[in-house]
Amino acid sequence: MNRSFLSRNPSVLIFIAILALFTIVVTVLSEGFGLGAISTSFVKTLGKTLALCLVAISMDFVWGYCGILSLGHFAFFGLGGYMIGMWLMYERTRDIVVASLAGAEIPATPQEVTDAIGNQIFGVVGSSEFPVVWGFAHSLGAQLALVVLVPGVLALVFGWLAFRSRVTGVYLSILTQAMTLALALYLFQNDSGLRGNNGLSGLQNLPGAEAIPQSVISVWFLWGAALALGLGYMLFAWVVSGKFGSVIRGIRDDEARVRFLGYSVESYKLFVFVLSAVVAGIAGALYYPQAGIINPAEMAPIASIYLAVWVAIGGRGRFYGAVIGAAFVSLVSTWFTSGQVPSVNLGFYTVDWVDWWQVVLGLSFVLVTLFAPKGIGGLFDLLSGRAAPKRHGADLGPGAGSLREQEAEE
Amino acid sequence: MSALLEVSGVSVSFDGFKAINNLTFNIGPAEMRAIIGPNGAGKTTFMDIVTGKTKPDEGRVLFGEDSQSLLKLNEAGIARAGVGRKFQRPTVFEDQSVFDNLLLALRKDRGPLSVLFYRQSRADRDKVAALAGEIGLKDQLSRKSGELSHGQKQWLEIGMLLAQDPRLLLVDEPAAGMTPEEREHTTGILVEAAKTRAVVVVEHDMEFVRRLNCKVTVLHEGAVLAEGSLDHVTKNQEVIDVYLGR
Repeated sequence: MNRSFLSRNPSVLIFIAILALFTIVVTVLSEGFGLGAISTSFVKTLGKTLALCLVAISMDFVWGYCGILSLGHFAFFGLGGYMIGMWLMYERTRDIVVASLAGAEIPATPQEVTDAIGNQIFGVVGSSEFPVVWGFAHSLGAQLALVVLVPGVLALVFGWLAFRSRVTGVYLSILTQAMTLALALYLFQNDSGLRGNNGLSGLQNLPGAEAIPQSVISVWFLWGAALALGLGYMLFAWVVSGKFGSVIRGIRDDEARVRFLGYSVESYKLFVFVLSAVVAGIAGALYYPQAGIINPAEMAPIASIYLAVWVAIGGRGRFYGAVIGAAFVSLVSTWFTSGQVPSVNLGFYTVDWVDWWQVVLGLSFVLVTLFAPKGIGGLFDLLSGRAAPKRHGADLGPGAGSLREQEAEE
Repeated sequence: MSALLEVSGVSVSFDGFKAINNLTFNIGPAEMRAIIGPNGAGKTTFMDIVTGKTKPDEGRVLFGEDSQSLLKLNEAGIARAGVGRKFQRPTVFEDQSVFDNLLLALRKDRGPLSVLFYRQSRADRDKVAALAGEIGLKDQLSRKSGELSHGQKQWLEIGMLLAQDPRLLLVDEPAAGMTPEEREHTTGILVEAAKTRAVVVVEHDMEFVRRLNCKVTVLHEGAVLAEGSLDHVTKNQEVIDVYLGR
């Protein structure tokens, strides 16, 4: 039974192979590196989708495997984006300011440069002072560390308070919604130090890479997102493959039983929640430079609910399901909301898909929940022959869901 | 004889209802004990208190040679201290194989990091296989425990208890819903376990208790009504009045 991790989890290899193939094909077809069959904006859409797949597997890790329905994961995702956005915006503004001051007869002092940057960035919220939170914005290394640390520490504090008080189920979901809403409302304020509802913009321009066209940068980010998705997938698959996975699935199915086995359920939940938040932060840091702009609306409660819908439609409790759900639903969503889908004229009413897409999404969520609880990923069970015992909904034994002996032997 | 578990003067009430009323109870290090009593006598509440699920209003619960107070520990801490519990309804992890269930229970470091980097050793696999043999599930190791029959699930849960290697086993109605042959097997497992550790069995079924052939404690309204051999307590007039005679 001690075979290697990959031989026990062939789906990981298959996934990595498909991801690599996808990345190569997109690169070959991109404007920056190949034939130009795929527009730069579509490469960005694909790159963003990969980042969304990454946050989806982190959601699946915390929900599908550990049973914590977090409806606040976009708070971590957004914070990751803000952290990298601060450096991108600071450095790029600095480059512009230094270039414009270079023409002056007297060289600008460092203080003057800093003031000018502050004016540029915070003029829009009527300020020119650098808030304390921008203290490390000049350092890429520090901001990259914060991409991991800020979501991690928020998850640690929130999770410690919630899990220690044994808040579970729907109450925990509501708390996570409150967390992301509170964070969004705070960031909407102009004096929060992150430019209020303007958010951070111009993130698609990499400092020091002005000469490099977006068609190339977009492919770089696609590679980065694909690499992060591949590594994240392997990390999570490894974590859930062994005894740790056994414990957290136990927590999902019967928390009290795990506790009576001597496991500190709270520590496990905290570990899972923080790890998942950190990965969500990394996904956000890869997403927003491709999107170019981040503002507090990204952390609105609905965003995290969409994430749960993706994972549910894709099939929770299996990482490829989460990836399929996120990729499929977000791409279809982009397609519908972009106005490319022709409206349907019913004579008395014109169905405009930009508006009606939400209804379609809502309906498909309900249908999947009712008729295909395993989601799209469940289709793979048909191929691999993985099946649950057929109970036909009947409770056959004294305990819920147990079979009588002869049926169990079959 | 020094007691392994010493419960003294414990009371707990829920919304004014006294579930446990000044309960005092001792059990030795390698002893089998059956607890009987009518519904609402406080049998399950007693287990809840010992395993940390319920905190008593007053009283002491001491465990082990150094008389460690269990009231200061949480459920997981109590389990690690050496108290294992089997629930009335078989609760095994149905989505996981019998092997994984037993491995999960196997006495090992329970911290998240050491579990994360845990590698199965041959000794662990042998131990799991030996346990599976003991509980009669040797051929079912790779099956999902959700597919097992009711009786097999009960055994699996007892096996998980044994895997924890506790010094005190609390077993709630182990024979419920079992066929006569299954009961016999269950009795065998418990009697064997009681040779090296304390086993407390809560049971309704008198025939099963008789087969365990051990000291019996009768609970009534949250307190000990009588204690002794089964024949002794069944002759007790009070016991007949509250429980057996009805």
